Amino acid sequence: MQIDLRTVSIQPLRQTFDHLARRFGDKPASRYQEGSYDIQAAENLHYKPTWDPDQELYDAKITKIVMQDWYALKDPRQFYYSTYTLARARQQDATESNFSFVESRGLADMLPPAVREMALKLLVPLRHAAWGANQNNTLICGYGYSTIFTQPCMYHAMDNLGIAQYLSRLGLLLGDTEALDEGKAAWLEGSAWQPLRRYVEDTLVLRDPFEAFVAQNVALDGLLYPLVYARIVDDYLSAQGGSAVAMLTQFMTDWFDETKKWVDAVLKVAAAESDSNRAVLQDWIRAWSTRAASALLPVVEIALGAQADDAVGEQLADFRVRIQKTGITL
Amino acid sequence: MDMKVAKKKLGLKEKYRLMTRDLGWEPTYRAKDEVFPYVNYEGIKVHDWDKWEDPFRLTMDSYWKYQAEKERKFYAIIDAHAQNNGHLNITDARYLSALKIFLQAISPGEYAAHKGFARVGREFPGVGTQVACQMQAIDEIRHAQTQIHALSNYNKYYDGFHAFADARDRIWYTSVARSFFDDAMSAGPFEFMIAIGFSFEYVLTNLLFVPFMSGAAYNGDMATVTFGFSAQSDEARHMTLGLECIKFMLEQDPDNLPIVQGWLDKWFWRGFRVLGLVSTMMDYMLPKRVMSWREAWEIYGVENGGALFKDLARYGIRPPKGWDDAEKAIDHMSHQFMLGLYQWSFGTSFHSWIPSDEDMDWLSAKYPTTFDKYYRPRWDHIRKLAAAGTPFKNFGLAKLCQTCQLPVVFTEPDDATMSCHRETEYKGEKYHFCSDGCQHIFDNEPEKYVQAWLPMPSLFQELDGDIGAWMNWVSLRDGEDNGDYSGSRDQRNFDQWRGMATSNT
Repeated sequence: MQIDLRTVSIQPLRQTFDHLARRFGDKPASRYQEGSYDIQAAENLHYKPTWDPDQELYDAKITKIVMQDWYALKDPRQFYYSTYTLARARQQDATESNFSFVESRGLADMLPPAVREMALKLLVPLRHAAWGANQNNTLICGYGYSTIFTQPCMYHAMDNLGIAQYLSRLGLLLGDTEALDEGKAAWLEGSAWQPLRRYVEDTLVLRDPFEAFVAQNVALDGLLYPLVYARIVDDYLSAQGGSAVAMLTQFMTDWFDETKKWVDAVLKVAAAESDSNRAVLQDWIRAWSTRAASALLPVVEIALGAQADDAVGEQLADFRVRIQKTGITL
Repeated sequence: MDMKVAKKKLGLKEKYRLMTRDLGWEPTYRAKDEVFPYVNYEGIKVHDWDKWEDPFRLTMDSYWKYQAEKERKFYAIIDAHAQNNGHLNITDARYLSALKIFLQAISPGEYAAHKGFARVGREFPGVGTQVACQMQAIDEIRHAQTQIHALSNYNKYYDGFHAFADARDRIWYTSVARSFFDDAMSAGPFEFMIAIGFSFEYVLTNLLFVPFMSGAAYNGDMATVTFGFSAQSDEARHMTLGLECIKFMLEQDPDNLPIVQGWLDKWFWRGFRVLGLVSTMMDYMLPKRVMSWREAWEIYGVENGGALFKDLARYGIRPPKGWDDAEKAIDHMSHQFMLGLYQWSFGTSFHSWIPSDEDMDWLSAKYPTTFDKYYRPRWDHIRKLAAAGTPFKNFGLAKLCQTCQLPVVFTEPDDATMSCHRETEYKGEKYHFCSDGCQHIFDNEPEKYVQAWLPMPSLFQELDGDIGAWMNWVSLRDGEDNGDYSGSRDQRNFDQWRGMATSNT
C-alpha cells in the first residue's frame, strides 16, 4: 500500500522556458533539453572575429554541411555535463580496479614477453593519435554550430585525453618511462607509424568542423578502435595469453561501443537533411576512410603480420555496412 | 625468467608531464602555422612553451571522479528544493530580480566562456596550456547548465525567467554582458586569456561571484547557493590558470609587456562596467543585504586587487588605467543604475521598485557622502509622483555607450552633478561614450567597435519605435515581466503561496 505524503500544492504558471516550449510544447523539459537547446547566442552578434573577419563569431557557414536547424543533431545518449561525468566516473572506477588487479597480482610480469612487447609497440604510440583526436574534437566544439552538436565533442575531446592518459599508464605499467620514449620515437620516426601520423597531421589543418568530425570520429576512429582494441587486443593478444592487456584497454572498447551510437546518429540526421549533405558526407567518408585504412595497415601489421591485410579489409567492409545504415552509401 | 626490475619513482610533476605535454609533438608533415594559425597575429612572443607551469595537475580520471561527486550532491539538493517548494523559503520575491538578470546576462556568458576556452584550448601550441584551457571549457558548460537547472524551478512559478534565451540576443541590457563576451571571443587567443582568464576570472570574479552567492545564502535561495558552493573549486582552478597565463606571457618576452598592459587597461574597464549590474543588486535588490557595494569593493577590489598588482609590479605591470576613475564611481554607480532601471522598467524582464524608508536609511548609512546629497532627493521625487498616480516612466530613447552599451547615466568622476558624456567622430559618424575609459577603448580599435549592435537604435529603426512590437520581439510580457514590483503578479503570488505554506488560511 502506498500512502502519498501531503505537500502544499501550488499550480505552476508554466512548465518550461519559452524556447523549449516552442520546440516541444509547454511541458516539463528534461535536463538534457534545458542544458542543450538554444543556449548558444544566435543573433545580433556584436563583432567579427579579428582572427578571421570573414567568419561570424558563431558561424554555421564554415562547414559544407547545411542544416536548417543545427539542433536536430541530437545525441541519443542525451549527455549533458552531469550525465556525462557520472557515466565516465563509473567507467574510471572500473578501469581503476582493472589496473590495480593487474598490478596487485603481478599480471604484467606474467605476460609472455612477446605479448608484452607487442602491446607496448602497438599501443603506446597510439597515445599520440589520441591526442590528435583531442585536438580535433576540441576544434569541433569550439567552432561548430549549436550546443546539441558541439557539447558531445567537448566530452569526446576529454575522453580522447583520458584515453591518451590510460595508454600512457599502460606503457608505464608494462614497461617504464623508456616505453613511452620508445613509443614517441616510433610515432615520430618509425616507418610503420608515418602514414598514420601524416593522416593525423592532415586532419589538424582542417577548419571545417564537420569534415574534422568525419575524418576523426567517423573514419579514423571507426576503423582504429575495432581493429586495435577488438581484433588485436581482445581477440588476438588474449588468445596468446594477453588478457591482462585487454583488461587495461576495456575502457576503450566500451567507449567505442557507446560513442559510435552518437556518431552514427549525427551522420544519419545530417545525411537525411538533404541530398547535397549526403553527397558531401559520402565524399568525405569515402576519401578519409580509404586513407585511414591504408594508414592503419602497417600498424595492424605490427601484431598480425601477413594477416593484417585481410583484417583491415574485413574491418573496412564492416565499416561500410555500418555507414550504410546511416543512409550514406559508400 | 625475467628479472623484476624496480620501476622508476616518478614525481607528481614528471608524471603529469608524461600524461599531458609529452603527448604532443612537432608536426613535420604540415607546417606549424597551418596547425596553429592564430597564435602570432597579436604580436605576443613565446619562445618556449615548455616554460609553462601547469597551474593544477589533474588527470582525466581524477577529474571525472571529483566532478561526479559534486554533481551528485548538486542535483540531489536542487531536486529536493524543487520538490519541497524551496522557492517559498526566499526572503521575498523582490530578490528574484537579481536571479533574472543573472540568467539572462551572466549564464550566457558562462556558455560563451565555454566556447572561447574550447577555441583557445585548440589554438595554443603548448599542450600544457591547451589541457588547462580545455578543462576550463568543460567546466564552463557545467556552470551554464547547472545555473539553468538551478533556476528552472523558479521559472515555473515566477515571471521574467521564461524568455532568457530570447533576452540574451535581443533585449537591451543583456547586450552589456553579451558585447563583453563577444568582444573577448572576437579577440585573439592571448587577449581572450587576459580578458576572461585573467581580468574576469581573477581580478573581477570575486566581485561578481561572492556577492551573488552570498546574496543567495542570505536570502534563503538554496538552489543558487548550492550552485555557488559546487562551482567554487572549479573557480579556484580557473583563477590559477588566469594568473599563470599572465605571468607566462610576461616572462616569455619583455616586448609582451606593453601589449598585456594595454589589454589589462581595456579589460579592467570593460569588466568594471559589467559589474555595475552587481552593484545595483547588492545595494538595492537583496531584501536581506550582505554588504554594500562599497564594502565589497574595499575587500575584493582595493585589498585583493591592490595585492595582485603589487605582485605583478615586478614584471613592470602597473594598475589598470581606469582604476582611479573606478574608485571615484563606487559611491555613485549603484544609485545611478537603479534610478535608470526604475525609469526604464517598462523594458526590463525583471522588476524594480522604489526603495522603502528603511532601505534609504541603510543606503545613507552606507553611502554617507553621496546618498542623501544626490540620490535620496530623486527617490523622494519619484515616490511623490507614484503616490500621485503619475509614476515616473521614461519611454525615451536611452543613449547607449558605443563600447560598454550601458545607457549614458553616469556622472563626471570629479563632479557628481555633471552628467558624463564623451564623443568621438570616426569616418564621418559620431559615437557616444559613458566615460573616458570606454572612449579610449573605442579609439584604440575603432574598426571593431563601430560594428557593435546597439539594441535601442536598432529597435527604433526596425520597429519604428513601436513598443508593443518590440516587446513581442524580445518575448517580454507587458504587465507581467516588467514594471514595478509593487502590484506585480510575482508579489501577489509569492505572498499568497507563502501564506498557504505558513498558515492555515
